[in-house]
Amino acid sequence: MEKSQIKQNINITEALTTRINELISHYPDDKRKSALLPVLHEVQDAHDNWLSIELQDKVAEILHILPVEVYEVVTFYTMFNQRPIGKYMFEFCHTSPCCLNGTENLMDYTCNKLGVKVGEPTADGMFEVRGVECLGACGYAPMMQLGDFYQEHLTEAKIDQLITDCKDNKIILHDK
Amino acid sequence: MSKKILLEKVNIPGIKTYEVYRQNGGYTSVEKALKTLTPDEVVEEVKTSGIRGRGGAGFPMGMKWSFIDKKSGKPRYLVCNADESEPGTFKDRYLMEFIPHLLIEGMITSSYALGANLSYIYIRGEYMWVYKILEKAIAEAKAAGWLGKNILGTGYDLDLYVQIGGGAYICGEETALIESLEGKRGNPRIKPPFPAVSGLWGNPTVVNNVETISAVPWIVNNSGAAYAEIGIGRSTGTKLISASGNIKNPGVYEIEMGLSVYEFMNSDEYLGGMSTDRPLKALVPGGSSVPVLPAHLIYKTANNEDRLMSYESLSDGGFATGSMLGSGGFIVYDDRACIVRNTWNFSRFYHHESCGQCTPCREGTGWMEKILHRIETGTGREEDIDLLLSIQSKIEGNTICPLGDAAAWPVAAAIRHFREEFEYHVRFPEKIKNRDHFVAEPFEKVKHLVSKLTV
Repeated sequence: MEKSQIKQNINITEALTTRINELISHYPDDKRKSALLPVLHEVQDAHDNWLSIELQDKVAEILHILPVEVYEVVTFYTMFNQRPIGKYMFEFCHTSPCCLNGTENLMDYTCNKLGVKVGEPTADGMFEVRGVECLGACGYAPMMQLGDFYQEHLTEAKIDQLITDCKDNKIILHDK
Repeated sequence: MSKKILLEKVNIPGIKTYEVYRQNGGYTSVEKALKTLTPDEVVEEVKTSGIRGRGGAGFPMGMKWSFIDKKSGKPRYLVCNADESEPGTFKDRYLMEFIPHLLIEGMITSSYALGANLSYIYIRGEYMWVYKILEKAIAEAKAAGWLGKNILGTGYDLDLYVQIGGGAYICGEETALIESLEGKRGNPRIKPPFPAVSGLWGNPTVVNNVETISAVPWIVNNSGAAYAEIGIGRSTGTKLISASGNIKNPGVYEIEMGLSVYEFMNSDEYLGGMSTDRPLKALVPGGSSVPVLPAHLIYKTANNEDRLMSYESLSDGGFATGSMLGSGGFIVYDDRACIVRNTWNFSRFYHHESCGQCTPCREGTGWMEKILHRIETGTGREEDIDLLLSIQSKIEGNTICPLGDAAAWPVAAAIRHFREEFEYHVRFPEKIKNRDHFVAEPFEKVKHLVSKLTV
């Protein structure tokens, strides 16, 4: 496959290797490939939330599988990003039960506040707003996913606070 | 208060931890099963209980278990389906987040019944923090000797792991889930062979929903016959309902099957009625895939009998005047909700989530979304309504997995019960443009405009 346009620094640290080996140990010896999805999550989290072609090739090498076996999985599942994304990705659930409680208005508000359109990161790469399908939080709408966590019962005031907290580096994205 | 089985102990402080869970009678079903029952006796109890799959299909759990191939001598696996993604459904997350050891206990007892020595819980990727909760709970259970080699000195071995998904609704379909667990795209497999014969890595596999597996400890502790006494008719036991939409108290509720829809909707113990002073317009009782019910068919069936929360009563009248219990995703709409916009929204969901294997689903879901979008945004045509019916009828039944049906049914039901609303969109485009997204003027107020033309 063509090389990624944007260069990504690949750094498989010792801690990451330990975690990857632990995940591989969850499956029979000849079924390393089964660890692909969990490994991709770990690797992506450690690399600014995206997976360049070079990084995907690296994962193939680690799991002793063909690069194409990684590409087909990365392109299938929505949680794997093939381009750099905003550091703080506001993923609003925009399926009906959430929309009944005003998600669309809140997405408009957030986009206006950040001066962006849905799916386009801010110029500084700090924020991005996306609409995603049902996140399984219908009773706590409107809501969004931010990193590994859900932000529920959202209001305009809570959005303001979240943006401030992100800027102040107070938001933890991944629980490692 | 009605009978609680799954959520009986959920409010005990610290129940998330192994110590508190154990002090409150946790893991006794594992002791009882491993020390006093044969695997087949556990299967018999589950059969007697009459419990049906809680993921949406409602297939009897005991029967599913009895299909597993024990003769071939191949390794057998139990896989828990925690890929909860049906719009309107968030009950499995509640169980796993607040009482994780109940699922772990259920997995151990069920794995023993099936003769599985390696089992997995496949959880959707977005539930990342719940994945960590389960990993921690498994480590605690292992440290206490409930997992690993020679459990309780009985010679039974079991390893249990959690596998995280990547954000694909289709992986809730059991064969797609197995593909995903093997590290592949979530494309459903053609059945037969069924997973009970050839599942994970080609070996006999049972896939059960979180809620179903979580009921096994109670069944083993109290007997299948005791479970069968709860509920109504062939809908035995209790069911978790995820309630959302325009209601006062959204959330997860455990109900005894057979509770009336009216009581569930209006009693303060449950939903407490509407969140606004608006009247009830429609209900999706079992997750986005099931047919929507208009107001006059919610509390009463077409035969004027009380509508109950059970598999049979919710589907009374077939698709003409009934719906389905499905996954128990209970979505309530008040009279300002636009049915066309809701149907378009659901169609967008199925289009996005179609795996792309089967032509009718891959092309049909996108086509329906496009048509519904143009009707909703004021550029629809009169013939679009029948075109939608034609497309959905060609998807239904013509795909490898039920995602095609799930995409087709809500469109058919919306037009069946709310056709005038679609006609209004087509005939009065200027009136539906510039709306405040999901909030529309109550259709009842403008209904006369289309009624006149129709008659």
